[in-house]
Amino acid sequence: MATPEGDPVSVPGLLARNAARFGDKPAYREKEFGIWQSWTWKEAEAEIRAMAMGFLALGLERGEHVAVIGRNRPALYWSMVAAQMCGAIPVPLYQDAVAEEMAYVLDHCGAVFVVAGDQEQIDKVLSIQDRLPAIRHMMYLDPRGMRKYDHTRLHALSDIVAEGRVAHERFETELAARVRELDADSTCVMLYTSGTTGKPKGVVLSNRNIVETSKNSAEFDRLRPGDEVLAYLPMAWVGDFIFSIGQAMWTGFCVNCPESPDTMMTDLREIGPTYYFAPPRVFETQLTNVMIRMEDAGRLKRWLFRRFMAVANRVGPAILDGKRVSATDRALYTLGEVLVYGPLKNALGFTRVRVGYTAGEAIGPEIFDFYRALGINLKQLYGQTEASVFITQQPDHEVRPDTVGVPSPGVEIRIDESGEIYYRSPGVFEAYYKNPESTAKTKDAEGWVATGDAGFIEEGTGHLRIIDRAKDVGKMAGGALFAPKYVENKLKFYPNILEAVVFGAGREMCCAFINIDLTAVGNWAERNNIAYSSYQELAGHPQVLDTVQSHVEEVNRSVAEDEMLSGCQIHRFLVLHKELDADDGELTRTRKVRRAVIGEKYADLVDALYGGATEIATETEVTYEDGRKGAIRATLEIRDAAVVPAAPKAMAAE
Amino acid sequence: MTELSPEPFVTEDGRTIGGVLMEMRDITLRFGGVVAINDITFDIREGEIRAIIGPNGAGKSSMLNIVSGFYTPSEGEVWYKGARRPPMKPYEVARMGVARTFQNIALFEGMTVLDNVMTGRLTHMRATVLEQALWWGRAEREEIENREKVERVIDFLEIQNIRKTPVGRLPYGLKKRVELARALAAEPSLLLLDEPMAGMNVEEKEDMSRFILDVNDEFGTTICLIEHDMGVVMDLSDRVVVMDYGKKIGDGTPDEVRNDQAVIDAYLGVPHE
Repeated sequence: MATPEGDPVSVPGLLARNAARFGDKPAYREKEFGIWQSWTWKEAEAEIRAMAMGFLALGLERGEHVAVIGRNRPALYWSMVAAQMCGAIPVPLYQDAVAEEMAYVLDHCGAVFVVAGDQEQIDKVLSIQDRLPAIRHMMYLDPRGMRKYDHTRLHALSDIVAEGRVAHERFETELAARVRELDADSTCVMLYTSGTTGKPKGVVLSNRNIVETSKNSAEFDRLRPGDEVLAYLPMAWVGDFIFSIGQAMWTGFCVNCPESPDTMMTDLREIGPTYYFAPPRVFETQLTNVMIRMEDAGRLKRWLFRRFMAVANRVGPAILDGKRVSATDRALYTLGEVLVYGPLKNALGFTRVRVGYTAGEAIGPEIFDFYRALGINLKQLYGQTEASVFITQQPDHEVRPDTVGVPSPGVEIRIDESGEIYYRSPGVFEAYYKNPESTAKTKDAEGWVATGDAGFIEEGTGHLRIIDRAKDVGKMAGGALFAPKYVENKLKFYPNILEAVVFGAGREMCCAFINIDLTAVGNWAERNNIAYSSYQELAGHPQVLDTVQSHVEEVNRSVAEDEMLSGCQIHRFLVLHKELDADDGELTRTRKVRRAVIGEKYADLVDALYGGATEIATETEVTYEDGRKGAIRATLEIRDAAVVPAAPKAMAAE
Repeated sequence: MTELSPEPFVTEDGRTIGGVLMEMRDITLRFGGVVAINDITFDIREGEIRAIIGPNGAGKSSMLNIVSGFYTPSEGEVWYKGARRPPMKPYEVARMGVARTFQNIALFEGMTVLDNVMTGRLTHMRATVLEQALWWGRAEREEIENREKVERVIDFLEIQNIRKTPVGRLPYGLKKRVELARALAAEPSLLLLDEPMAGMNVEEKEDMSRFILDVNDEFGTTICLIEHDMGVVMDLSDRVVVMDYGKKIGDGTPDEVRNDQAVIDAYLGVPHE
């Protein structure tokens, strides 16, 4: 099957095209045993075909689901394409999910095969297999520790590939037939949304969704063969599927997999990707690390860094946007490039980045500008699983921290009376799996999908601005607008603050929970000879509280400048005794704050914030990585923060 | 005390325990008038995890030092792979396939993890100093071969991210792991671990236990370890030798040892009736 222009309409079709067109160009790389191993498109196609025939030999049928669990590795990407070739549907799962969460998804999609990265994942599946009668076979990639396992239904993935290769005479015809059946409407992948509320939902995406979206977005940013990406974000996340499979297959660029999650930064430097994606958190962490290392650097280096970063912040973004800059500034910037920005970009692995994106959460403008100032073409996009990622994105030269760009090619946008954003595009998902009710609620008959976010299109530029989650934006008791994300993002810019949760809907004033960043605060403690034995102790240290208080008060001053939002200043806050964690259900797997869950779980703390107490003793249940539970006790100090007395303006009643 | 059948057998969890790899016969070790080890006999069989336990000063480390060839016993014989082992220098013992880690970490602090682990391959290198210096002939080929082996160990022990980090900058738990890596790089047939978990937190202990089991399972390496953490010993080992004041007071499977009255009295404490 092909489009009128002759382009294939399915991912397996694109693979065949790439093998023919780019044959000997690298398609996948993975660092193993300290060396980058690479596969050309031809080699990758041969592997994937053999794997698909191996799946056929195991009896994989059309329309069945194949769960894929593990860190980013070429063979796991291949297993998804191999499943597609068999007419089956790949379902990537979050590898850090605990067994219970996996059980829900595996049961819901009725996966018949599980392809797992290693023993850890297999163990999780084995622990819940009694409840999952649909599973027929399990495969693992890394054979380590697997020798003693019962192999009646368990296989090494490499054995399956070898069997497929041997049995190719028997299965060539069948495989060819199944690939031929694939068209734009057949299901490409099913991805479970992490969901800030409720159980995850299986989003069914068709080949049309993925291929069209990949085509449009690749053309938007002029991606080309020869581009390099680093695949390190969870495979279960739609972004990774679009970048590492959709766009990679469409344009024929090379997907690089790091050696291990811990070597990500080194591998990033070695690969020097030209197309890079990271959630704001990664950029924040990197910036925090840079700042920590600069504080440890010698006097001269510190001076150079400060001096030239000032120049970069002033003119960097303008230069990147192609605006006019005075000759002196340009000369200074060039000198800075040689002395500071170039080496820094190299250390970060960003030297070759042509297009960089961040999304998932709003990024602090200061963080965003830092990277732009260095000359890195970092842009924002706004997307959802249900849209196959792209809803809006920023074109080159029109990048601003406070907008998320213009509608992506092929996407229509509409804002309803209440301010909620709706979109319609070729990427709009087919349905929620086994959940017609939710499908109908989210997608109307004409194909418009509600995003659940509130925003508006800026006049003049046509850029979309997101205010907040539609259901998060609320009113305070006085009628003032309450936009917690806005304040939280400002707080999170400070390297010392990892996470913040602001409360205030329907209340007289805003209060906040703060999570300190252990790396930054720990480094500070070390340099100032402050001893601490645990996260909890450090988080409760009076000097840490002083620092956080000064950050909160700075944020209050900045929030007060915005008349509409000045009511969101934080009156009281506390520093939490534990890091918010996805294992405890406080964050989603993509690390978004679950405000309602946190508010409920720490109800005693919220009451104390509003009750005027200066201290509160609390006990919190925690879940360890292996699923066991424990409790931690702490007495937290509650502090008042100075607020700027700008009388909050009540919004006109609607 | 259990008498062993000399025949190889398969354990409950499916590992093969082979014939006797090393045998200590009537070993006595004296330092002047002090009798550190008093007439001890035990053996280590191929493929098993053998633990030596005992209170402080029981003579465990001395025993390990005899196995590794660092001490020569005052009396008694060491039999290795079916032949009596004459008194040897430690490096000669190392060449025979015995590698060890130390109680108080003995790594080259200024060198990277990679270089440290590479030193584990020294017994496998044949190139002369001249060849090494000129990077000529065997030297390059050997380096490549050895690096590949080392990289497999690094991958196995999951220390890729610190490959190029100087050992001096690593935390204690990781140094222990690097030491294990160096010993593994030698591809030993007998691996001696002197208190591999000493000073570790629970998580590090769990990691280390998993690595020890995986090494034994994947490479079939015979392991002899000294350890204080009873939980770890009982979980990991196939058979345990118990020492007290230089004497052997127990020998057998963890269950047997746990229920042995002499062992309970000497080491685990007398239960209150």
